[in-house]
Amino acid sequence: MPKPSVPRMPKPSVPRMLGLPVARGLAAAVVGLALAPAAAHAGWLFPEKGGSPNADRIWTLYLLIFILATIVFVGVGGALLWAMVKFRARRGQVAAQIHGNTRLEIGWTVGAFLILVFITVFTFVTLPGIKNPPASDIDENGNPVAASANPLYASTDQPPPPAGTPSLNLRVDGQQYVWRYQYPEQDDTRVFSYVDMVVPVGITVTLDITADDVAHSWWIPKLGGKMDALPGYTNKTWFKIPLDAIAEGERQVVYDGQCAELCGRNHANMVARVIGMRLPDYEAWVQDKAAEIEQAQEQAAQTREQLLGGDE
Amino acid sequence: MATTSPTETTETTELPILERPVPHIIAHAARRDPSGWTSYFTTTDHKKIGILYLYTVLVFFVLGGIEALLMRLQLGTPENSFLTPEIYNQLFTMHGTTMIFLVIVPVWAGFANYLLPLMIGARDVAFPRLNAWSYWMFLFGGLALYASFFFSPPEAGWFSYVPLSTKEYTPSNGQEAWIYMVHLTGLSSIIGAINFIATIHNMRAPGMGWGRMPLFVWTILIYAYLIMLALTSLTATVTMLLLDRNFGTNFFDPNEGGSALLWQHLFWFFGHPEVYILVLPAFGVFSEVLPVFARKPIFGYKAIAAATAGIAFLGVLVWAHHMFSTPMSTVVLAFFMLSSFLIAVPTGVKIFNWIATLWRGTVEYRVALIYCVGGIFTFLMGGITGIFLAVFPIDWQLTDTYFVVAHFHYTAFGASAFAMVAALYFWFPKMSGRMLNEALGKVSFAFFFVGFHVTFLIQHSAGLDGMPRRIYEYSPESGWQLYNLISTVGAFLIALGVLLTVVNLVRSLKKGTVAGPDPWKANTLEWFTPSPPPENNFDVVPRVRSVEPMKDIRRQVEQQTGVVQQYESGKPLLRR
Repeated sequence: MPKPSVPRMPKPSVPRMLGLPVARGLAAAVVGLALAPAAAHAGWLFPEKGGSPNADRIWTLYLLIFILATIVFVGVGGALLWAMVKFRARRGQVAAQIHGNTRLEIGWTVGAFLILVFITVFTFVTLPGIKNPPASDIDENGNPVAASANPLYASTDQPPPPAGTPSLNLRVDGQQYVWRYQYPEQDDTRVFSYVDMVVPVGITVTLDITADDVAHSWWIPKLGGKMDALPGYTNKTWFKIPLDAIAEGERQVVYDGQCAELCGRNHANMVARVIGMRLPDYEAWVQDKAAEIEQAQEQAAQTREQLLGGDE
Repeated sequence: MATTSPTETTETTELPILERPVPHIIAHAARRDPSGWTSYFTTTDHKKIGILYLYTVLVFFVLGGIEALLMRLQLGTPENSFLTPEIYNQLFTMHGTTMIFLVIVPVWAGFANYLLPLMIGARDVAFPRLNAWSYWMFLFGGLALYASFFFSPPEAGWFSYVPLSTKEYTPSNGQEAWIYMVHLTGLSSIIGAINFIATIHNMRAPGMGWGRMPLFVWTILIYAYLIMLALTSLTATVTMLLLDRNFGTNFFDPNEGGSALLWQHLFWFFGHPEVYILVLPAFGVFSEVLPVFARKPIFGYKAIAAATAGIAFLGVLVWAHHMFSTPMSTVVLAFFMLSSFLIAVPTGVKIFNWIATLWRGTVEYRVALIYCVGGIFTFLMGGITGIFLAVFPIDWQLTDTYFVVAHFHYTAFGASAFAMVAALYFWFPKMSGRMLNEALGKVSFAFFFVGFHVTFLIQHSAGLDGMPRRIYEYSPESGWQLYNLISTVGAFLIALGVLLTVVNLVRSLKKGTVAGPDPWKANTLEWFTPSPPPENNFDVVPRVRSVEPMKDIRRQVEQQTGVVQQYESGKPLLRR
């Protein structure tokens, strides 16, 4: 670039150029930090949590980035507004003819990069706790077990929960416009339910998510992130409702959600509920459900026989 | 450098700057320029085609805006029965498709058509007749889509995910209308891009090396290369959908060995570069307008040009961050998270450079500048929420919620729509020869900016509170009522802001102050021509010696005549 022929202005001193906004940004960040925990449960600034450890860890990761983002936003946004106010045109002022400042430019490029490196590291540290299903909190008989160490980080798909503790694997099937849940077989009866998924608390529940027709997305905000249900693919996620999630004197705890991927005209009405019960209550529910399904199937078989027999 | 002593020009130097002698070439056209409305049908003049683009875009922008207002009305209260789910789905499909394909992509084609040859000192684009063809393809693409309102508009979303968009689940012909629209506007954009690339590479003024090219031209060049990459891929992808729907192929049918995920990969391979197609020219507008009104050279010209190329390169490597919740392995998730992080670096560099451009300048609060600063501020926030979404575990919570809706409106609307209006206020004097009203412009900005943030800031909260996208209703128990009511009110404030700008536009065409060739004392070559420029643009193409050729020319005139040409801070440009 050719040198400008206007008189050279003194080079801007970097600290003077950035000092004030940075100080302001830091001050605002401190205020933000102080306010963050207060607003934590408001739902205005933070995602939902509380139903499962993975949701809680996503929340923590979000909090970290929220703090960094607030600092960056206040700093950069503040500098922009400050420049608008401080350097507005006044009579007799002359604009400094600066074409650039290599050191400053390299500085902020590296600065931006370092923030991202920090976020990356923190994400990978938190990731195993979000992605990998942990051991259950109770054994097959409902007795609490000692907390086990976190499983090792897995670089491919979601691993099964650690061996040796009970876990529940359900198949979640998205259909226009209802969710269907397939439970493990009970004495040769295939137990399934629609809309309401009943699970035991304290037990790690892993989900195999598929779809029958179009794409859907499984999402119960308090139990963690969403996973798409895509025909032809099996997607995986998990949750573990804490033992103390059911209030004293209550029988169950309910978490609401709904389909999060456009699946047609009634997408808005494709709701899902997860109902957490204590292990004995859950076992009773499964027994009842199995009996109910068996009875319904027998009845259907009888009807079929009557109808067919009458015809012939 | 030789200094000339002041001559007997004391009288003229007392005049406001715009009334002093001005450096410009008076063009003497060999034949009379064709005029009248019929000339618009036969024209191959890049300026007339540019204006055709801009008017067409304005119509589609208003239509897309009305669709948005209808949706906001429906969502204003829970369990509203104003719209049926069918119509609601059609509206968000049309709104997204319109704003992406018929507004933001072609609006830059329009501005680039008008400005690019003027900025680089060319007399037209490289292929004027192809240029006209591009426009008409775009218009008929838009008409093909909107004609579907008379039978059955598409309703599978602007992204048309399979299997929902296959014949089995969306039997209506609206989906075909959508496909043809993509074909026609896609071809239009590709041909336009070839034209821009050829023009920029071959037709720059003498002396205008790559390092002296205006930054808007830089962004249009990169925009054109991205279009070549992304829209060719999309055109092929929608052809596969057309074949699946009508001719028995099974690219996307999982029951016949096809893959539903394939569509998402192919679509977003177009879809993410598309985001930068929308936003890079907006960055170009910021980079042109800020130095003019800060009366300072752009800070870090090379860094901004390099960042543009860097963003484009990384922009084709991040597409799967739209698909973090689909079945993918952690390695893939991590790759796309890191590439998405990286893109924040060149983007951040640009924002820092814009702030540094204002820093220690003499900033004039012109409407064009205010829209630019409002746009940068808004985009900054969109960029920051993008970091949340790039972290894939957080994305699992936020994707497909209103948080994402808010995020991409902060980027696409924040950068592109604000820059669009800024460009209108900045270049309207060149195109029409008259000024837009500044006071009315500032009022329109107030409504536009406040309305925007009222509408979309609160949508982050709705998303965090669990409200998914694309739902036509929600129950009162969901607790989302307040968010939605605020958002609906904001949408109407934006509409008012747009209305005021349109009123300003119509009024100023006839009654605006006459602008003269260079009303802003700007930097680039388009201001060397009369306003509006004659058909051949330049009788004489000046030699370019810096990024700011008009400054050089003014300085030369000052030296030769002794009449001050440069802008002086705080003094009005025109006598009031």
